[in-house]
Amino acid sequence: MYALEIDKLSKTYASGVQALNGVSMQVKEGDFFALLGPNGAGKSTLIGIICSLVNASSGEARVFGISVQKNRSAAMGHIGLVPQELNFNQFEQPLNIVVNQAGYYGIPRRKALQRAERYLKQLDLWDKRHVFSRTLSGGMKRRLMIARAMVHEPRLLILDEPTAGVDIEIRRSMWKFIREINENGTTVILTTHYLEEAEQLCRNIAIIDKGDIIENTAMKALLAKLDYETFILDLREPLAVVPEVEGMHLALQDEITLEATLPRQKSLNKLFAHLDVCNIQVLSMRNKANRLEELFLGLVKKGNNP
Amino acid sequence: MSVQANVNWVGYQTIVIKEVTRILRIWGQTVVPPAISMSLYFVIFGNLIGKRIGEMGGYPYIQYIVPGLVMMSVIQSSYGNIVSSFFGAKFGKHIEEILISPLPSIIILLGYITGGVVRGLMVGTVVTVVALFFTDVQIYNYWITISVVLLTAIMFSLAGMVNAIFAQKFDDIAIVPTFILTPLTYLGGVFYSISLLPDFWRKVSAMNPILYMVNAFRYGMLGVSDVNIVHAYIIIILFVLALGGICLFLLHRGIGLRT
Repeated sequence: MYALEIDKLSKTYASGVQALNGVSMQVKEGDFFALLGPNGAGKSTLIGIICSLVNASSGEARVFGISVQKNRSAAMGHIGLVPQELNFNQFEQPLNIVVNQAGYYGIPRRKALQRAERYLKQLDLWDKRHVFSRTLSGGMKRRLMIARAMVHEPRLLILDEPTAGVDIEIRRSMWKFIREINENGTTVILTTHYLEEAEQLCRNIAIIDKGDIIENTAMKALLAKLDYETFILDLREPLAVVPEVEGMHLALQDEITLEATLPRQKSLNKLFAHLDVCNIQVLSMRNKANRLEELFLGLVKKGNNP
Repeated sequence: MSVQANVNWVGYQTIVIKEVTRILRIWGQTVVPPAISMSLYFVIFGNLIGKRIGEMGGYPYIQYIVPGLVMMSVIQSSYGNIVSSFFGAKFGKHIEEILISPLPSIIILLGYITGGVVRGLMVGTVVTVVALFFTDVQIYNYWITISVVLLTAIMFSLAGMVNAIFAQKFDDIAIVPTFILTPLTYLGGVFYSISLLPDFWRKVSAMNPILYMVNAFRYGMLGVSDVNIVHAYIIIILFVLALGGICLFLLHRGIGLRT
Protein backbone atom coordinates (compact mmCIF):
# COMPACT_ATOMS: atom_id res chain seq x y z
CA MET A 1 0.00 0.00 0.00
CA TYR A 2 1.31 3.41 -0.93
CA ALA A 3 0.77 6.32 1.43
CA LEU A 4 1.30 8.66 -1.49
CA GLU A 5 1.25 8.20 -5.23
CA ILE A 6 2.10 11.08 -7.50
CA ASP A 7 1.11 10.47 -11.09
CA LYS A 8 2.40 12.80 -13.83
CA LEU A 9 1.73 15.96 -11.82
CA SER A 10 2.25 19.22 -13.65
CA LYS A 11 1.77 22.76 -12.48
CA THR A 12 2.03 25.91 -14.52
CA TYR A 13 1.28 29.09 -12.60
CA ALA A 14 -0.70 31.94 -14.11
CA SER A 15 2.60 33.83 -14.48
CA GLY A 16 3.71 31.10 -16.91
CA VAL A 17 6.22 29.56 -14.51
CA GLN A 18 6.30 25.79 -14.94
CA ALA A 19 6.82 24.55 -11.38
CA LEU A 20 6.32 20.81 -12.01
CA ASN A 21 6.91 18.93 -15.25
CA GLY A 22 4.80 15.79 -14.98
CA VAL A 23 6.48 14.30 -11.93
CA SER A 24 5.67 10.79 -10.67
CA MET A 25 6.76 9.06 -7.47
CA GLN A 26 5.49 6.84 -4.70
CA VAL A 27 5.95 6.78 -0.95
CA LYS A 28 5.30 3.49 0.81
CA GLU A 29 3.12 3.33 3.91
CA GLY A 30 5.24 3.64 7.05
CA ASP A 31 8.18 5.16 5.20
CA PHE A 32 10.31 8.05 6.40
CA PHE A 33 10.82 9.84 3.12
CA ALA A 34 13.03 12.81 2.28
CA LEU A 35 12.00 15.23 -0.46
CA LEU A 36 14.96 17.43 -1.22
CA GLY A 37 15.69 20.11 -3.72
CA PRO A 38 17.18 23.58 -4.01
CA ASN A 39 15.04 26.67 -3.47
CA GLY A 40 12.46 27.06 -6.23
CA ALA A 41 12.79 23.42 -7.30
CA GLY A 42 9.08 22.69 -6.94
CA LYS A 43 8.97 21.07 -3.48
CA SER A 44 6.46 23.47 -1.98
CA THR A 45 4.28 23.32 -5.10
CA LEU A 46 4.25 19.53 -4.88
CA ILE A 47 3.35 19.63 -1.18
CA GLY A 48 0.74 22.31 -1.91
CA ILE A 49 -0.93 20.05 -4.48
CA ILE A 50 -0.87 17.05 -2.12
CA CYS A 51 -2.53 19.20 0.58
CA SER A 52 -4.98 20.79 -1.89
CA LEU A 53 -3.61 24.30 -1.36
CA VAL A 54 -2.44 24.38 -4.97
CA ASN A 55 -4.53 23.21 -7.90
CA ALA A 56 -2.62 20.91 -10.24
CA SER A 57 -2.60 21.76 -13.96
CA SER A 58 -2.69 18.05 -14.79
CA GLY A 59 -1.99 14.68 -13.22
CA GLU A 60 -3.14 13.22 -9.94
CA ALA A 61 -2.03 12.82 -6.35
CA ARG A 62 -3.43 9.90 -4.35
CA VAL A 63 -3.22 9.59 -0.58
CA PHE A 64 -3.71 5.98 0.56
CA GLY A 65 -5.34 5.35 -2.80
CA ILE A 66 -7.75 8.33 -2.53
CA SER A 67 -7.48 10.97 -5.22
CA VAL A 68 -6.86 14.47 -3.87
CA GLN A 69 -8.36 15.91 -7.06
CA LYS A 70 -11.48 13.69 -7.13
CA ASN A 71 -12.23 13.12 -3.44
CA ARG A 72 -10.54 15.97 -1.62
CA SER A 73 -12.37 15.66 1.71
CA ALA A 74 -11.62 11.96 2.15
CA ALA A 75 -7.98 12.37 1.14
CA MET A 76 -7.38 15.36 3.41
CA GLY A 77 -8.52 13.44 6.48
CA HIS A 78 -5.34 11.35 6.25
CA ILE A 79 -2.85 14.22 5.96
CA GLY A 80 -1.17 16.37 8.58
CA LEU A 81 0.91 19.30 7.37
CA VAL A 82 3.64 21.27 9.08
CA PRO A 83 4.21 24.08 6.58
CA GLN A 84 7.38 26.02 5.98
CA GLU A 85 5.84 29.37 6.91
CA LEU A 86 4.14 30.06 10.21
CA ASN A 87 0.45 29.92 9.46
CA PHE A 88 -1.41 30.01 12.74
CA ASN A 89 -3.32 32.91 14.26
CA GLN A 90 -0.69 34.85 16.18
CA PHE A 91 -3.38 36.29 18.47
CA GLU A 92 -4.80 32.91 19.40
CA GLN A 93 -3.71 30.71 22.29
CA PRO A 94 -1.79 27.50 21.45
CA LEU A 95 -4.42 25.34 23.13
CA ASN A 96 -7.22 26.87 21.05
CA ILE A 97 -5.18 26.53 17.86
CA VAL A 98 -4.70 22.81 18.41
CA VAL A 99 -8.24 22.15 19.64
CA ASN A 100 -9.79 24.06 16.72
CA GLN A 101 -7.66 22.13 14.26
CA ALA A 102 -8.95 18.88 15.74
CA GLY A 103 -12.48 20.20 15.27
CA TYR A 104 -11.92 20.78 11.56
CA TYR A 105 -11.22 17.04 11.33
CA GLY A 106 -14.41 16.11 13.15
CA ILE A 107 -12.88 15.36 16.55
CA PRO A 108 -15.35 16.31 19.30
CA ARG A 109 -14.23 19.03 21.71
CA ARG A 110 -13.67 16.82 24.77
CA LYS A 111 -11.51 14.38 22.84
CA ALA A 112 -9.77 17.27 21.10
CA LEU A 113 -8.83 18.75 24.48
CA GLN A 114 -7.37 15.42 25.63
CA ARG A 115 -5.32 15.07 22.46
CA ALA A 116 -4.21 18.69 22.54
CA GLU A 117 -2.98 18.17 26.11
CA ARG A 118 -1.10 15.03 25.09
CA TYR A 119 0.68 16.59 22.12
CA LEU A 120 1.36 19.94 23.77
CA LYS A 121 2.92 18.09 26.70
CA GLN A 122 4.98 15.86 24.42
CA LEU A 123 6.28 18.94 22.64
CA ASP A 124 6.93 20.88 25.87
CA LEU A 125 4.29 23.51 25.15
CA TRP A 126 1.72 22.71 27.82
CA ASP A 127 2.95 25.47 30.14
CA LYS A 128 2.47 27.94 27.29
CA ARG A 129 -1.02 26.81 26.30
CA HIS A 130 -2.73 30.04 27.37
CA VAL A 131 -0.27 32.66 26.11
CA PHE A 132 -0.70 34.54 22.84
CA SER A 133 1.05 32.37 20.28
CA ARG A 134 2.94 35.35 18.89
CA THR A 135 4.88 35.50 22.17
CA LEU A 136 6.29 31.99 21.66
CA SER A 137 9.92 31.56 20.63
CA GLY A 138 10.76 30.42 17.09
CA GLY A 139 11.31 26.83 18.22
CA MET A 140 8.06 26.80 20.17
CA LYS A 141 6.15 28.06 17.14
CA ARG A 142 7.58 25.22 15.04
CA ARG A 143 6.60 22.71 17.72
CA LEU A 144 3.14 24.20 17.95
CA MET A 145 2.68 23.53 14.23
CA ILE A 146 3.77 19.91 14.77
CA ALA A 147 1.26 19.52 17.62
CA ARG A 148 -1.43 21.05 15.42
CA ALA A 149 -0.59 18.71 12.53
CA MET A 150 -0.65 15.66 14.81
CA VAL A 151 -3.84 16.34 16.76
CA HIS A 152 -6.04 14.43 14.30
CA GLU A 153 -3.42 11.64 14.19
CA PRO A 154 -2.90 11.59 10.42
CA ARG A 155 -1.57 8.54 8.61
CA LEU A 156 0.66 10.77 6.49
CA LEU A 157 2.60 13.62 8.09
CA ILE A 158 4.26 16.13 5.77
CA LEU A 159 6.95 18.30 7.32
CA ASP A 160 8.12 21.19 5.16
CA GLU A 161 11.31 22.55 6.72
CA PRO A 162 10.14 21.81 10.28
CA THR A 163 13.44 22.68 11.95
CA ALA A 164 14.29 25.85 10.03
CA GLY A 165 15.79 28.38 12.43
CA VAL A 166 15.61 26.03 15.39
CA ASP A 167 18.61 25.51 17.68
CA ILE A 168 20.29 22.12 17.70
CA GLU A 169 18.94 21.01 21.08
CA ILE A 170 15.33 21.61 20.11
CA ARG A 171 16.01 20.21 16.65
CA ARG A 172 17.21 16.95 18.17
CA SER A 173 14.17 16.72 20.46
CA MET A 174 11.97 17.31 17.40
CA TRP A 175 13.79 14.56 15.50
CA LYS A 176 13.17 12.21 18.42
CA PHE A 177 9.48 13.06 18.46
CA ILE A 178 9.09 12.67 14.69
CA ARG A 179 11.03 9.40 14.72
CA GLU A 180 8.69 8.04 17.40
CA ILE A 181 5.68 9.09 15.33
CA ASN A 182 7.12 7.21 12.37
CA GLU A 183 7.89 4.14 14.48
CA ASN A 184 4.24 4.16 15.58
CA GLY A 185 3.17 3.76 11.95
CA THR A 186 2.76 7.28 10.58
CA THR A 187 4.30 7.80 7.16
CA VAL A 188 6.52 10.87 7.23
CA ILE A 189 7.61 13.04 4.31
CA LEU A 190 10.30 15.53 5.22
CA THR A 191 11.72 18.42 3.28
CA THR A 192 14.71 20.10 4.82
CA HIS A 193 17.78 22.10 4.02
CA TYR A 194 19.66 20.34 6.80
CA LEU A 195 20.77 17.37 4.75
CA GLU A 196 22.29 15.77 7.83
CA GLU A 197 18.73 15.64 9.13
CA ALA A 198 17.50 13.82 6.04
CA GLU A 199 20.43 11.40 6.09
CA GLN A 200 19.88 10.52 9.73
CA LEU A 201 16.11 10.21 9.65
CA CYS A 202 14.98 9.09 6.22
CA ARG A 203 15.01 5.68 4.58
CA ASN A 204 14.08 6.78 1.07
CA ILE A 205 14.69 9.97 -0.82
CA ALA A 206 13.60 11.93 -3.87
CA ILE A 207 15.51 14.91 -5.18
CA ILE A 208 13.58 17.43 -7.19
CA ASP A 209 15.13 20.14 -9.32
CA LYS A 210 13.52 22.56 -11.76
CA GLY A 211 10.23 20.70 -11.59
CA ASP A 212 11.68 17.25 -12.33
CA ILE A 213 12.52 14.39 -10.01
CA ILE A 214 16.19 13.72 -10.72
CA GLU A 215 16.67 10.99 -8.14
CA ASN A 216 14.26 8.68 -6.32
CA THR A 217 15.82 5.82 -4.43
CA ALA A 218 16.71 4.37 -1.04
CA MET A 219 18.95 6.57 1.08
CA LYS A 220 21.55 3.80 1.38
CA ALA A 221 21.58 3.25 -2.37
CA LEU A 222 22.10 6.95 -2.94
CA LEU A 223 24.89 7.23 -0.39
CA ALA A 224 26.56 4.19 -1.97
CA LYS A 225 27.02 6.30 -5.09
CA LEU A 226 29.39 8.57 -3.25
CA ASP A 227 32.88 7.77 -4.55
CA TYR A 228 34.98 9.64 -2.01
CA GLU A 229 34.72 10.33 1.67
CA THR A 230 36.60 12.91 3.68
CA PHE A 231 37.55 12.43 7.31
CA ILE A 232 38.85 14.90 9.85
CA LEU A 233 41.53 13.56 12.17
CA ASP A 234 42.34 15.36 15.42
CA LEU A 235 46.01 14.85 16.21
CA ARG A 236 47.74 14.67 19.60
CA GLU A 237 50.68 16.85 18.52
CA PRO A 238 51.19 19.58 15.93
CA LEU A 239 52.28 18.35 12.53
CA ALA A 240 54.81 20.18 10.38
CA VAL A 241 54.93 18.03 7.25
CA VAL A 242 51.96 16.26 5.75
CA PRO A 243 52.72 12.60 5.01
CA GLU A 244 51.93 11.18 1.59
CA VAL A 245 49.82 8.06 1.24
CA GLU A 246 49.24 6.40 -2.12
CA GLY A 247 45.67 6.76 -3.42
CA MET A 248 44.67 9.26 -0.71
CA HIS A 249 44.86 13.00 -0.34
CA LEU A 250 45.97 14.41 2.99
CA ALA A 251 45.99 18.07 3.93
CA LEU A 252 46.29 20.09 7.11
CA GLN A 253 43.36 22.19 8.24
CA ASP A 254 45.49 23.59 11.03
CA GLU A 255 48.58 22.25 12.72
CA ILE A 256 46.75 19.59 14.76
CA THR A 257 43.87 18.80 12.36
CA LEU A 258 44.43 16.58 9.37
CA GLU A 259 41.96 16.16 6.52
CA ALA A 260 42.03 12.83 4.65
CA THR A 261 40.12 12.21 1.43
CA LEU A 262 40.03 8.64 0.17
CA PRO A 263 37.97 6.43 -2.17
CA ARG A 264 35.13 4.60 -0.43
CA GLN A 265 36.62 1.22 -1.36
CA LYS A 266 39.95 2.01 0.33
CA SER A 267 40.49 0.59 3.79
CA LEU A 268 41.14 3.04 6.58
CA ASN A 269 43.65 0.57 8.02
CA LYS A 270 46.19 1.59 5.39
CA LEU A 271 45.86 5.22 6.43
CA PHE A 272 46.27 4.45 10.11
CA ALA A 273 49.20 2.12 9.45
CA HIS A 274 50.98 4.87 7.60
CA LEU A 275 50.26 7.44 10.27
CA ASP A 276 51.56 4.99 12.86
CA VAL A 277 54.81 4.57 10.93
CA CYS A 278 55.18 8.37 10.87
CA ASN A 279 54.51 8.39 14.62
CA ILE A 280 51.41 10.53 14.19
CA GLN A 281 48.87 9.84 16.93
CA VAL A 282 45.18 10.34 16.20
CA LEU A 283 42.90 11.33 19.09
CA SER A 284 39.59 11.28 17.26
CA MET A 285 38.06 11.09 13.79
CA ARG A 286 34.82 12.27 12.14
CA ASN A 287 33.25 12.72 8.71
CA LYS A 288 34.11 16.11 7.28
CA ALA A 289 30.88 17.13 5.66
CA ASN A 290 27.52 15.56 5.45
CA ARG A 291 27.81 12.87 2.80
CA LEU A 292 24.36 13.52 1.43
CA GLU A 293 25.22 17.16 1.00
CA GLU A 294 28.05 16.27 -1.37
CA LEU A 295 25.81 13.98 -3.39
CA PHE A 296 23.02 16.51 -3.46
CA LEU A 297 25.27 19.26 -4.75
CA GLY A 298 26.70 16.89 -7.35
CA LEU A 299 23.27 15.87 -8.61
CA VAL A 300 21.89 19.39 -8.76
CA LYS A 301 25.07 20.66 -10.44
CA LYS A 302 24.80 17.85 -13.02
CA GLY A 303 21.23 18.96 -13.71
CA ASN A 304 22.43 22.51 -14.27
CA ASN A 305 25.19 21.40 -16.68
CA PRO A 306 23.71 18.76 -18.96
CA MET B 1 -24.59 9.81 11.02
CA SER B 2 -21.95 9.02 8.37
CA VAL B 3 -18.30 9.74 9.09
CA GLN B 4 -18.19 12.73 6.72
CA ALA B 5 -21.48 14.09 8.12
CA ASN B 6 -20.00 13.87 11.61
CA VAL B 7 -16.82 15.64 10.47
CA ASN B 8 -18.96 18.34 8.85
CA TRP B 9 -21.09 18.87 11.96
CA VAL B 10 -18.16 19.08 14.37
CA GLY B 11 -16.24 21.24 11.88
CA TYR B 12 -19.18 23.62 11.56
CA GLN B 13 -19.50 23.89 15.34
CA THR B 14 -15.76 24.56 15.60
CA ILE B 15 -15.85 27.43 13.12
CA VAL B 16 -18.89 28.93 14.84
CA ILE B 17 -17.33 28.65 18.31
CA LYS B 18 -14.13 30.21 17.00
CA GLU B 19 -16.03 33.08 15.36
CA VAL B 20 -18.28 33.81 18.33
CA THR B 21 -15.33 33.64 20.72
CA ARG B 22 -13.54 36.16 18.52
CA ILE B 23 -16.57 38.50 18.51
CA LEU B 24 -16.81 38.36 22.30
CA ARG B 25 -13.06 38.64 22.85
CA ILE B 26 -12.83 41.87 20.87
CA TRP B 27 -16.17 43.24 22.10
CA GLY B 28 -14.65 46.73 22.21
CA GLN B 29 -14.38 46.60 18.41
CA THR B 30 -17.44 44.53 17.60
CA VAL B 31 -20.31 45.56 19.89
CA VAL B 32 -19.47 48.85 21.58
CA PRO B 33 -18.83 51.11 18.52
CA PRO B 34 -22.28 50.52 16.94
CA ALA B 35 -23.93 51.10 20.31
CA ILE B 36 -22.13 54.44 20.69
CA SER B 37 -22.69 55.65 17.12
CA MET B 38 -26.37 54.65 17.19
CA SER B 39 -26.80 56.44 20.54
CA LEU B 40 -25.46 59.56 18.85
CA TYR B 41 -27.93 59.11 15.96
CA PHE B 42 -30.77 58.79 18.45
CA VAL B 43 -29.65 61.88 20.36
CA ILE B 44 -28.99 64.08 17.32
CA PHE B 45 -31.49 62.94 14.69
CA GLY B 46 -34.08 61.54 17.05
CA ASN B 47 -34.16 63.84 20.03
CA LEU B 48 -32.75 67.16 18.84
CA ILE B 49 -33.68 67.40 15.15
CA GLY B 50 -36.50 64.82 15.26
CA LYS B 51 -38.66 67.00 17.54
CA ARG B 52 -38.72 69.70 14.85
CA ILE B 53 -39.52 67.17 12.10
CA GLY B 54 -42.59 65.85 13.85
CA GLU B 55 -44.19 62.66 12.55
CA MET B 56 -43.21 60.37 9.70
CA GLY B 57 -45.32 57.44 8.54
CA GLY B 58 -47.70 58.16 11.37
CA TYR B 59 -45.01 57.80 14.07
CA PRO B 60 -42.80 60.27 15.95
CA TYR B 61 -39.60 60.69 13.92
CA ILE B 62 -37.36 59.07 16.54
CA GLN B 63 -39.57 55.98 16.54
CA TYR B 64 -39.65 55.95 12.74
CA ILE B 65 -35.84 55.77 12.43
CA VAL B 66 -35.39 52.98 15.01
CA PRO B 67 -35.90 50.10 12.50
CA GLY B 68 -33.60 51.75 9.97
CA LEU B 69 -30.84 52.30 12.51
CA VAL B 70 -31.14 48.74 13.81
CA MET B 71 -31.01 47.44 10.25
CA MET B 72 -28.06 49.68 9.40
CA SER B 73 -26.07 48.29 12.31
CA VAL B 74 -27.01 44.71 11.39
CA ILE B 75 -25.89 45.26 7.79
CA GLN B 76 -22.58 46.86 8.75
CA SER B 77 -21.81 44.35 11.50
CA SER B 78 -22.59 41.16 9.60
CA TYR B 79 -20.67 42.41 6.57
CA GLY B 80 -17.77 43.71 8.63
CA ASN B 81 -17.47 40.56 10.72
CA ILE B 82 -16.93 38.18 7.87
CA VAL B 83 -14.74 40.55 5.90
CA SER B 84 -12.36 41.14 8.80
CA SER B 85 -12.39 37.58 10.09
CA PHE B 86 -12.06 35.75 6.78
CA PHE B 87 -9.67 38.22 5.19
CA GLY B 88 -7.63 38.32 8.41
CA ALA B 89 -7.36 34.52 8.28
CA LYS B 90 -6.36 34.74 4.63
CA PHE B 91 -3.83 37.49 5.26
CA GLY B 92 -2.33 35.65 8.24
CA LYS B 93 -2.42 32.42 6.22
CA HIS B 94 -4.26 30.57 8.99
CA ILE B 95 -7.16 30.03 6.61
CA GLU B 96 -4.93 27.18 5.43
CA GLU B 97 -5.84 25.36 8.65
CA ILE B 98 -9.34 24.99 7.25
CA LEU B 99 -8.41 24.68 3.58
CA ILE B 100 -6.29 21.57 4.20
CA SER B 101 -8.96 19.98 6.39
CA PRO B 102 -11.63 17.58 5.10
CA LEU B 103 -14.32 20.27 5.46
CA PRO B 104 -16.23 20.92 2.22
CA SER B 105 -16.76 24.47 0.96
CA ILE B 106 -20.40 24.56 2.07
CA ILE B 107 -19.47 23.90 5.71
CA ILE B 108 -16.73 26.55 5.66
CA LEU B 109 -19.24 28.99 4.20
CA LEU B 110 -21.99 28.10 6.69
CA GLY B 111 -19.59 28.42 9.63
CA TYR B 112 -18.43 31.90 8.69
CA ILE B 113 -21.95 33.03 7.70
CA THR B 114 -23.23 31.92 11.11
CA GLY B 115 -20.49 34.03 12.71
CA GLY B 116 -21.55 37.05 10.67
CA VAL B 117 -25.22 36.51 11.50
CA VAL B 118 -24.48 36.11 15.21
CA ARG B 119 -22.59 39.42 15.27
CA GLY B 120 -25.27 41.15 13.22
CA LEU B 121 -28.03 39.97 15.54
CA MET B 122 -25.98 40.68 18.65
CA VAL B 123 -25.34 44.27 17.54
CA GLY B 124 -28.96 44.64 16.36
CA THR B 125 -30.14 43.60 19.83
CA VAL B 126 -27.76 46.03 21.54
CA VAL B 127 -28.94 48.89 19.31
CA THR B 128 -32.57 47.98 20.03
CA VAL B 129 -31.83 48.09 23.76
CA VAL B 130 -30.13 51.50 23.27
CA ALA B 131 -33.24 52.69 21.41
CA LEU B 132 -35.36 51.80 24.44
CA PHE B 133 -33.61 54.59 26.35
CA PHE B 134 -34.89 57.13 23.82
CA THR B 135 -38.30 55.90 22.65
CA ASP B 136 -40.83 53.09 22.71
CA VAL B 137 -39.93 50.09 20.59
CA GLN B 138 -42.82 48.07 19.32
CA ILE B 139 -43.10 44.96 17.18
CA TYR B 140 -46.00 44.91 14.71
CA ASN B 141 -45.23 41.43 13.33
CA TYR B 142 -42.65 39.21 15.02
CA TRP B 143 -42.27 36.78 12.12
CA ILE B 144 -41.58 39.48 9.56
CA THR B 145 -39.22 41.31 11.92
CA ILE B 146 -37.18 38.21 12.72
CA SER B 147 -37.16 36.72 9.23
CA VAL B 148 -36.16 40.02 7.55
CA VAL B 149 -33.34 40.75 9.99
CA LEU B 150 -32.11 37.16 9.70
CA LEU B 151 -32.19 37.11 5.90
CA THR B 152 -30.51 40.51 5.74
CA ALA B 153 -27.73 39.40 8.09
CA ILE B 154 -27.23 36.28 5.95
CA MET B 155 -27.19 38.33 2.77
CA PHE B 156 -24.59 40.79 3.99
CA SER B 157 -22.48 38.05 5.52
CA LEU B 158 -22.41 36.42 2.07
CA ALA B 159 -21.55 39.75 0.46
CA GLY B 160 -18.74 40.19 3.00
CA MET B 161 -17.45 36.74 2.13
CA VAL B 162 -17.25 37.61 -1.58
CA ASN B 163 -15.34 40.79 -0.68
CA ALA B 164 -12.97 38.87 1.63
CA ILE B 165 -12.28 36.18 -0.99
CA PHE B 166 -11.29 38.72 -3.63
CA ALA B 167 -9.45 41.11 -1.30
CA GLN B 168 -5.68 41.04 -1.59
CA LYS B 169 -4.86 43.86 0.82
CA PHE B 170 -6.53 45.72 3.67
CA ASP B 171 -7.53 48.59 1.35
CA ASP B 172 -9.68 46.15 -0.60
CA ILE B 173 -11.87 45.39 2.41
CA ALA B 174 -12.47 49.09 3.08
CA ILE B 175 -13.50 50.09 -0.44
CA VAL B 176 -16.88 48.33 -0.59
CA PRO B 177 -18.13 49.44 2.86
CA THR B 178 -16.97 53.01 2.29
CA PHE B 179 -17.99 53.63 -1.30
CA ILE B 180 -20.93 51.27 -1.78
CA LEU B 181 -22.43 49.98 1.44
CA THR B 182 -22.54 53.19 3.46
CA PRO B 183 -24.07 55.37 0.67
CA LEU B 184 -26.63 52.70 -0.19
CA THR B 185 -27.56 52.33 3.48
CA TYR B 186 -27.93 56.06 4.09
CA LEU B 187 -29.96 56.40 0.90
CA GLY B 188 -31.96 53.26 1.69
CA GLY B 189 -34.70 54.95 3.66
CA VAL B 190 -33.07 54.69 7.08
CA PHE B 191 -33.80 58.31 7.95
CA TYR B 192 -36.69 59.14 5.66
CA SER B 193 -39.63 57.83 3.68
CA ILE B 194 -39.02 57.83 -0.08
CA SER B 195 -42.51 59.25 -0.46
CA LEU B 196 -40.84 62.57 0.39
CA LEU B 197 -38.63 62.35 -2.70
CA PRO B 198 -39.41 63.68 -6.18
CA ASP B 199 -40.65 61.04 -8.60
CA PHE B 200 -37.28 60.62 -10.35
CA TRP B 201 -35.33 60.03 -7.14
CA ARG B 202 -38.08 57.75 -5.85
CA LYS B 203 -37.54 55.57 -8.94
CA VAL B 204 -33.76 55.68 -8.45
CA SER B 205 -34.20 54.71 -4.80
CA ALA B 206 -36.32 51.73 -5.85
CA MET B 207 -33.16 50.24 -7.41
CA ASN B 208 -31.42 50.24 -4.04
CA PRO B 209 -31.80 46.75 -2.51
CA ILE B 210 -31.19 48.08 1.00
CA LEU B 211 -34.38 50.13 0.71
CA TYR B 212 -36.37 46.88 0.61
CA MET B 213 -34.65 45.44 3.67
CA VAL B 214 -35.03 48.58 5.74
CA ASN B 215 -38.68 48.97 4.79
CA ALA B 216 -39.55 45.31 5.27
CA PHE B 217 -37.98 45.49 8.73
CA ARG B 218 -39.81 48.74 9.44
CA TYR B 219 -43.03 47.04 8.40
CA GLY B 220 -42.29 44.23 10.86
CA MET B 221 -41.73 46.72 13.69
CA LEU B 222 -44.14 49.54 12.91
CA GLY B 223 -46.48 48.20 10.23
CA VAL B 224 -45.52 50.92 7.71
CA SER B 225 -43.46 50.54 4.56
CA ASP B 226 -42.60 52.37 1.34
CA VAL B 227 -42.36 49.10 -0.59
CA ASN B 228 -44.45 46.01 -1.18
CA ILE B 229 -43.48 43.49 1.50
CA VAL B 230 -43.69 40.52 -0.90
CA HIS B 231 -41.39 42.28 -3.36
CA ALA B 232 -38.99 42.92 -0.49
CA TYR B 233 -38.88 39.23 0.45
CA ILE B 234 -38.35 38.18 -3.19
CA ILE B 235 -35.48 40.63 -3.62
CA ILE B 236 -33.78 39.63 -0.37
CA ILE B 237 -34.12 35.89 -1.08
CA LEU B 238 -32.84 36.31 -4.66
CA PHE B 239 -29.81 38.17 -3.37
CA VAL B 240 -29.18 35.50 -0.73
CA LEU B 241 -29.38 32.73 -3.35
CA ALA B 242 -27.21 34.57 -5.87
CA LEU B 243 -24.53 35.55 -3.34
CA GLY B 244 -24.61 32.09 -1.79
CA GLY B 245 -24.06 30.54 -5.22
CA ILE B 246 -21.19 32.91 -5.96
CA CYS B 247 -19.54 32.17 -2.61
CA LEU B 248 -19.80 28.41 -3.10
CA PHE B 249 -18.39 28.68 -6.62
CA LEU B 250 -15.46 30.79 -5.43
CA LEU B 251 -14.70 28.55 -2.48
CA HIS B 252 -15.04 25.38 -4.52
CA ARG B 253 -12.73 26.65 -7.24
CA GLY B 254 -10.38 28.06 -4.63
CA ILE B 255 -10.37 31.47 -6.32
CA GLY B 256 -8.36 33.87 -4.18
CA LEU B 257 -7.56 31.06 -1.76
CA ARG B 258 -5.85 28.16 -3.49
CA THR B 259 -3.06 28.83 -5.99
